[in-house]
Amino acid sequence: MVKLPPMDYAAIMPLLILFGAACLGVLIEAFVPRRARNITQLLFSLAAVIAAMVFVVKRAGNVTAANAITAGGAITIDKAALFLQGSLLVLAFVSLLIFGERTLEQGGAFVAQAAVTVGSEKDKEQAAKSLGSTEVYPLALFSLAGMLLFVAANDLLTMFVALEVFSLPLYLLCALARRKRLLSQEAALKYFLLGAYASAFFLFGVALVYGYAKAVDFASIHTAAAVGAGNITLLITGLGLLAIGLLFKVAAAPFHVWTPDVYQGAPTPVTAFMAACTKAAAFGGLIRVLYVGFDGLGWQFTPVLGAIAALTVMVGAVLAVTQTDLKRLLAYSSVANAGYLLIGVLAGGQLGLQSVLFYLVAYGLTVIAAFALITLVRDADGEATHLSRWAGLGARSPLFAGIFTFLLLAFAGIPLTSGFMAKLSVFGAAVDGGQTWLVIFGVISSIILAFPYLRVVVMMWLSEPGESTPSVSLPGVLTSTALGVGTIATLVLGVAPGLLLDLADKAAAFIR
Amino acid sequence: MTPMWYIVLAAVLFSIGAVGVLVRRNAIVLFMCVELMLNAANLALVTFSRINGTLDGQIMAFFAMVVAAAEVVIGLAIIMLIFRTRRSASVDDANLLKY
Repeated sequence: MVKLPPMDYAAIMPLLILFGAACLGVLIEAFVPRRARNITQLLFSLAAVIAAMVFVVKRAGNVTAANAITAGGAITIDKAALFLQGSLLVLAFVSLLIFGERTLEQGGAFVAQAAVTVGSEKDKEQAAKSLGSTEVYPLALFSLAGMLLFVAANDLLTMFVALEVFSLPLYLLCALARRKRLLSQEAALKYFLLGAYASAFFLFGVALVYGYAKAVDFASIHTAAAVGAGNITLLITGLGLLAIGLLFKVAAAPFHVWTPDVYQGAPTPVTAFMAACTKAAAFGGLIRVLYVGFDGLGWQFTPVLGAIAALTVMVGAVLAVTQTDLKRLLAYSSVANAGYLLIGVLAGGQLGLQSVLFYLVAYGLTVIAAFALITLVRDADGEATHLSRWAGLGARSPLFAGIFTFLLLAFAGIPLTSGFMAKLSVFGAAVDGGQTWLVIFGVISSIILAFPYLRVVVMMWLSEPGESTPSVSLPGVLTSTALGVGTIATLVLGVAPGLLLDLADKAAAFIR
Repeated sequence: MTPMWYIVLAAVLFSIGAVGVLVRRNAIVLFMCVELMLNAANLALVTFSRINGTLDGQIMAFFAMVVAAAEVVIGLAIIMLIFRTRRSASVDDANLLKY
């Protein structure tokens, strides 16, 4: 008789809720009439996210029962995991609101049947009148549940499975754009092939680490690495391969090449979801691997990761300057931001962790608001993302141009925005941790990166609107809420970051 | 026969797959190369399981197989989608997104 390991159901409740809701979402797809599906799915998935959030908050508030290693040692629910899960849920909630928007165009941003060949008669028909696909909600929930598992994984195998669980739905979501379907499919293909490539590296890394440590849970890896017996090459090579898999997901150079293509081709709500949530999940996993699993190596890998961080901030900033498409510009800016976050990770210690956790939330909310705004600027072909089309938008719609200006200033790290506080805490932590050389690269990169942002601002306000300047659609309730939450959070976290910094400080503790 | 040779074989298979992804053009072949890499990892896991004298590695190989199967479903769906539109599975033809 097999004895099952004890399960701490209270600790893994958010995961169970989300996986359960995603499965039910598939059933809703089968049984609810087509007209009612979108609203049902939207409310259902939002309710699931809120329910999961309630359990996370309840657990985080309960000081005595905060830490648990459960499910046979596969899942750790510690303070850092709870913080990351909570922020993932908040970010996903806001992005789901953009998923649900249907007033901007009929059927929303998603195609009804992705399998219909592009350009065929049937495709023209469905472009004109069909309702959008609603499978996107269960897919997003599966992905979100995988992310929650990813940041709480206590061994490398769970981490690998969670990595795939959150990646596979994302590949599909990328292929579901209603407009510009060829671009969307191409983005999905590129994301899928490169993502599968990276996860194969990750799995081989798992195998090598298993060969060295005789186990894949982080505590054993830590002990084995600290003792340092046996063939250390196995461990170092294993860590290198694991790092390739993780750095691909966070979009660090030189593993960033997929980012601009996928961000541009994917439907904009999905891009927002990826930019905020995937980044948070991937960094959550990365810090757990480095701080909990491979801490025993004594941070010998810092120079290598430091070089990657320096390369990432520079590549992201320099290539952002040359971009002519807004979604691509934000993609390269997201690459650069991955570099700033890596600097925070390498800062080490409590301060480094705290700054990374704060940065993830602050950046996530800002980037969701920015992509929400991009969904609003439209012409007959859907979203007008080319930079030249945004010229003169300030005269057309001062309110939205003003909000976008504010968000760009936050990306550039101007004081009184969350971007400033986030960069300040990351760079401060890095100076404290003795990584001043990285901070120098970070600051240079921020200065370069300010140029493309300001160019957009100047174009919006100082150019005359032309014949081809698209109009800014009035957003529905959902997009306005997402946009409002993101913008207000950007302002509040910039003016009064104390509360979240405090939370992040308390959360910056792993258990082994 | 020392089990270390199997690790060498796994490393060789993994490298063939890794290089294959970089040099081949057809999306299906690329995908097969990725599968080769995953299976090389499985071989390494099972061999290390033997060397270490624990069963964990073999169980992990099962997990990896299931994940690989799920990946095939998603991957082939996406490749089919592209193929239907473009009548080609070459990754060089999918070149609308660049710079």
